[in-house]
Amino acid sequence: MTRLRWLIPTVYILFLMLPIYWLLIMSFKTTNEILGGFSAWPQNFTVESYVEIFTDPTWYNGYINSITYVAINTVISVAFALPAAYAFSRYRFLGDKHLFFWLLTNRMAPPAVFALPFLQLYSAMGLFDTHLAVALSHCLFNIPLAVWILEGFMSGVPKEIDETAYIDGYSFPRFFTRIFMPLVASGIGVTAFFCFMFSWVELLLAKTLTSVEAKPIAAVMTRTASTSGYELGLLAAAGVLTIIPGAIVIWFVRNYIAKGFALGRV
Amino acid sequence: MDLSWMAWTWQTATFFVVIALLLAGMRVWEWAQPGGAPRHGVLGLDTTRGDRLFISLLSAAYIHLGWLAATAAPLWWATVLSVVFAAAVFRWV
Amino acid sequence: MNKTWNNGAWFMVLPVLLIVALNAVVPLMTVVNYSVQETFGDNLFFFEGARWFRDVLASERFHASLGRQFVFTGIILAIEIPLGVAIALAMPRGGIWASVCLVLMALPLLIPWNVVGAMWNIFALPDIGLLGYGLNWLGFDYNFTRQPLSAWFTVVLMDVWHWTSLVVLLAYAGLRSIDDSYYQAARIDGASRWAVFRFIQLPKLKHVLTIAFLLRFMDSFMIYTEPFVLTGGGPGNTTTFLSIDLVKAALGEFNLGIAAAMSLIYFLMTLLVCWLFYTLMMQGSEKS
Repeated sequence: MTRLRWLIPTVYILFLMLPIYWLLIMSFKTTNEILGGFSAWPQNFTVESYVEIFTDPTWYNGYINSITYVAINTVISVAFALPAAYAFSRYRFLGDKHLFFWLLTNRMAPPAVFALPFLQLYSAMGLFDTHLAVALSHCLFNIPLAVWILEGFMSGVPKEIDETAYIDGYSFPRFFTRIFMPLVASGIGVTAFFCFMFSWVELLLAKTLTSVEAKPIAAVMTRTASTSGYELGLLAAAGVLTIIPGAIVIWFVRNYIAKGFALGRV
Repeated sequence: MDLSWMAWTWQTATFFVVIALLLAGMRVWEWAQPGGAPRHGVLGLDTTRGDRLFISLLSAAYIHLGWLAATAAPLWWATVLSVVFAAAVFRWV
Repeated sequence: MNKTWNNGAWFMVLPVLLIVALNAVVPLMTVVNYSVQETFGDNLFFFEGARWFRDVLASERFHASLGRQFVFTGIILAIEIPLGVAIALAMPRGGIWASVCLVLMALPLLIPWNVVGAMWNIFALPDIGLLGYGLNWLGFDYNFTRQPLSAWFTVVLMDVWHWTSLVVLLAYAGLRSIDDSYYQAARIDGASRWAVFRFIQLPKLKHVLTIAFLLRFMDSFMIYTEPFVLTGGGPGNTTTFLSIDLVKAALGEFNLGIAAAMSLIYFLMTLLVCWLFYTLMMQGSEKS
């Protein structure tokens, strides 16, 4: 029993890899071959789909747009959440628990509920079809998440450190940037990762708030699926390329990822 | 900035003003007469005044929905019921 | 931790408050406004009172999609939570293999949601997809674009594929926090595997599993993109969940009033469940 224990995660990982494998080999097939019938391996190996994505500006701009708004969102979320998380982890103040809960409810709010008012709001602010609009709208769920995770990590730092620093004559900003932030550096890294992740995978708001200039890659893909026929090879190649940034960032946070998913509270 | 798309009506505006006044009222109450520590109520939960306000408001929303689903009678009765319920929550929960 | 009472801390929270309020309060107010009015476009609105709420509460369509939503959320929770815990228990405790497992398992979580849908669509197509072709080859009559049962099977399997890793990672983090001395003590006492799980591991997992349950409940309750891309809510309406129905009403049919009333009812339900769990979680952690 104990000897065969490794089988459980192995089988699970195989199950996880199957659809990804299928997407990968589809991306190396021509559309004709895909529609022609079932084959577990490409008969005519081709990188045509990838060439098309890297040469057609509507495709590669989609990637640039996605990465741009995700980066803006990550910076905004972490920068705004840092002082707030410090306040929640160190002080009690009137209504703190309710405020924390209210932030949490926004993480839970279905984006479908907000799609239309968001469109109106950001149009009224003149931000429709900009990267900033998508980045700001993703703050709805990323800032609460960032506050939650950072608060968990900060609660793990003993309060005596703050007090000693103040006695040593540190001002608050100097203490915060010189002493405190290095102490929760792993927490900040994990938070940035999670903000990246949830902004990267979200499509409903990103698609609603953009049309041409800031259109995310994921939305470019839906267009391909509907208007220019059913170009499965191209779709698969674009899909594979959206997995890569995620795979790269996971590698950097692999040692903290479990703790981050537990919102720093283990 | 054009805000006509928000489609305000005096009814909904009143609704939000009342909520805002309730929150402000809670602040003043806390300042005039600190409620302090949470209390252990009939539901087995430790609640503060703020928690009780939240429970009252959420219950009020559900009472109104239930009223709409169950009867065609005027909605004001649901409001009356909600206020009574809120008073009970503040007294015992 | 002993926290100091300091109302000045409000100023540190203020930036977050403002940016989230812009994103949450303004749209929420707009939804409330829409929910009591009728519109024919051009920003012309007519007051309708509680009519839309009455309509939604009495509507067969809303009951049906709400019912489907609860069945779906129930099924995936019943599968993902025990499966996730089982996998976390079987994972290596440390070393390179633990890292490899973590990275590979986290991969589905970082794939854009519509890519997940598109990927499963290609994977499950009955004539050219590995899953669809394989199932038919094994003798099952499987076609997720035509048969409701196959469609449900595919949507549930996709969600299990997509999100079980979240439960695994949380449970793994919880298990890692158990000190080795507990296991040693259990070994000296000659405790059975089940006793170790029941009295050492499960209590430690309670907290992370609450988070897992909360996150999975909420996210599955607002699921939209993946099933929309995979099945489009079909065949018929058999996989039309709440969010899909909502977007159909708001953007597809431009029934703003109905969609807004639905949104608010939807939001109240998530709010209630959210509050229950948050309260139970906080009371649990304060006592321990």
